[in-house]
Amino acid sequence: MTIVSERRTTIAGELRHVNKWYDDHHVLTDVSLQVERGQIVALIGRSGSGKSTVLRVLAGLSTDHTGDRVVSGAPALAFQEPRLFPWRDVRTNVVYGLTRSRLPRSEARARADRALADVGLTDRADVWPLTLSGGQAQRVSLARALVAEPELLLLDEPFGALDALTRLSMRGLLLDLWREHGFGVLLVTHDVDEAVALADRVLVLEAGRVVHTLTIDEPRQSPGAPTEQYRTELLDKLGVQI
Amino acid sequence: MTIPAELASPLASTTPAPNRRWAPRKWGLIRLLSPLILLGVWQLGSALGLIPQDVLPAPSLIIEAGIQLIENGQLADALQVSGIRVVEGLLLGGILGVVLGTTVGLSRWFEATVDPPMQMIRALPHLGLIPLFILWFGIGELPKVLLVALGVSFPLYLNTFSAIRQVDPKLFETAQVLGFSFWQRFRTIIVPSAAPQVLVGVRQSLAIAWLTLIVAEQINADKGIGFLINNARDFLRIDIIIFGLIVYALLGIGTDAIVRALERRALRYRS
Repeated sequence: MTIVSERRTTIAGELRHVNKWYDDHHVLTDVSLQVERGQIVALIGRSGSGKSTVLRVLAGLSTDHTGDRVVSGAPALAFQEPRLFPWRDVRTNVVYGLTRSRLPRSEARARADRALADVGLTDRADVWPLTLSGGQAQRVSLARALVAEPELLLLDEPFGALDALTRLSMRGLLLDLWREHGFGVLLVTHDVDEAVALADRVLVLEAGRVVHTLTIDEPRQSPGAPTEQYRTELLDKLGVQI
Repeated sequence: MTIPAELASPLASTTPAPNRRWAPRKWGLIRLLSPLILLGVWQLGSALGLIPQDVLPAPSLIIEAGIQLIENGQLADALQVSGIRVVEGLLLGGILGVVLGTTVGLSRWFEATVDPPMQMIRALPHLGLIPLFILWFGIGELPKVLLVALGVSFPLYLNTFSAIRQVDPKLFETAQVLGFSFWQRFRTIIVPSAAPQVLVGVRQSLAIAWLTLIVAEQINADKGIGFLINNARDFLRIDIIIFGLIVYALLGIGTDAIVRALERRALRYRS
């Protein structure tokens, strides 16, 4: 296993021939993928296909895999649940996103406030996280992930626990932030519509292998654009009969 | 479907407001009055000669005895001595319990080596060790402080241990992603997450500390509240004995209230 930091390429994160076992069980088989800066790659698959494991390898949370992992800087990760520290106010939670930066406290607070402004929560900086709604908490989690200006953002079904309307506005917020900052995104999801709506490329994972890659010609079209062919193709690869 | 007017009307009409506001206050007032009435009956019974004063003196006599002890400084001296015993025992046993609970909670290795003997010692009734402690440590302050420390350490050990085991592992994973050091994980995850249950342990420990002190002070103490009570027994001063018991009770209630305030502070983020 090697970790290479490559700052000068446009690659935000890459896995080359990654294999991983849990005891005798082969969870990832020869997984290779690339996320370039300014690109959104969706990783889609059924439960247990190894999506989250791929994400954990890329995040550096896995140590016992083989193959190469290349990431530009420290990747940021946001989970399905916001995972905020309930006993720290919202601003402090965002400041924790700057732990690796070792900034002076005042500078860190100023950056956290800017990140909270980015997600539209300036007025909630001083409250306890438990007073936030689900969507607000997930926005704080996004602010914490993005405050250190990562080049790679890893999202593990980040909108999965939200209601349908909040999910749509979170997608819009993610795209706004992505256009502004230009990081690369690896989005793990089981929602075909979400993958088609957001991604440049969709990888289908099955039993720990990338079995299909779908490139979307004109990604992120306005609502009503013809995406039916992509949906059908992905659902077919996932083995869903419609 | 239409609802008959006489069935719908009770929902629409409101009960008279004064009644509603009076009800909860009424019960509070009755709760407050009940012990006062009991005290009044006790006092009246004493005045009428229904309660023999050499068995149970009147409340007024107990208060008088208390005032006397306060005025001649005996209470302050006794409080100081007993207070130091409890504080020293709490500190010693508390630090031991929290440190052991933390290491055992954080390390499987410590759990396998330290937890079994702790559970075995815990099975011993610590008040039953008094004869042993007298033989080992004499009859001075040391055996009393050590006995309090022993009694105090177990609730804190058990509560700290289980509090640390119950910390959400997802928060540790988040900390790993964020790049926290061990010290940062300890400060921002372990301490705040374990604090409420550790404080439950502190409350249990305080109750045990006072109880242990009372028992330890009954035996060969030459100062402290227990000595005050024992001495009063020799002079048949039941009023002083009862006053001493009330002091113990007030100390228990007071220290418990302090910890409850700390608990509220540790949990203020949940409000």
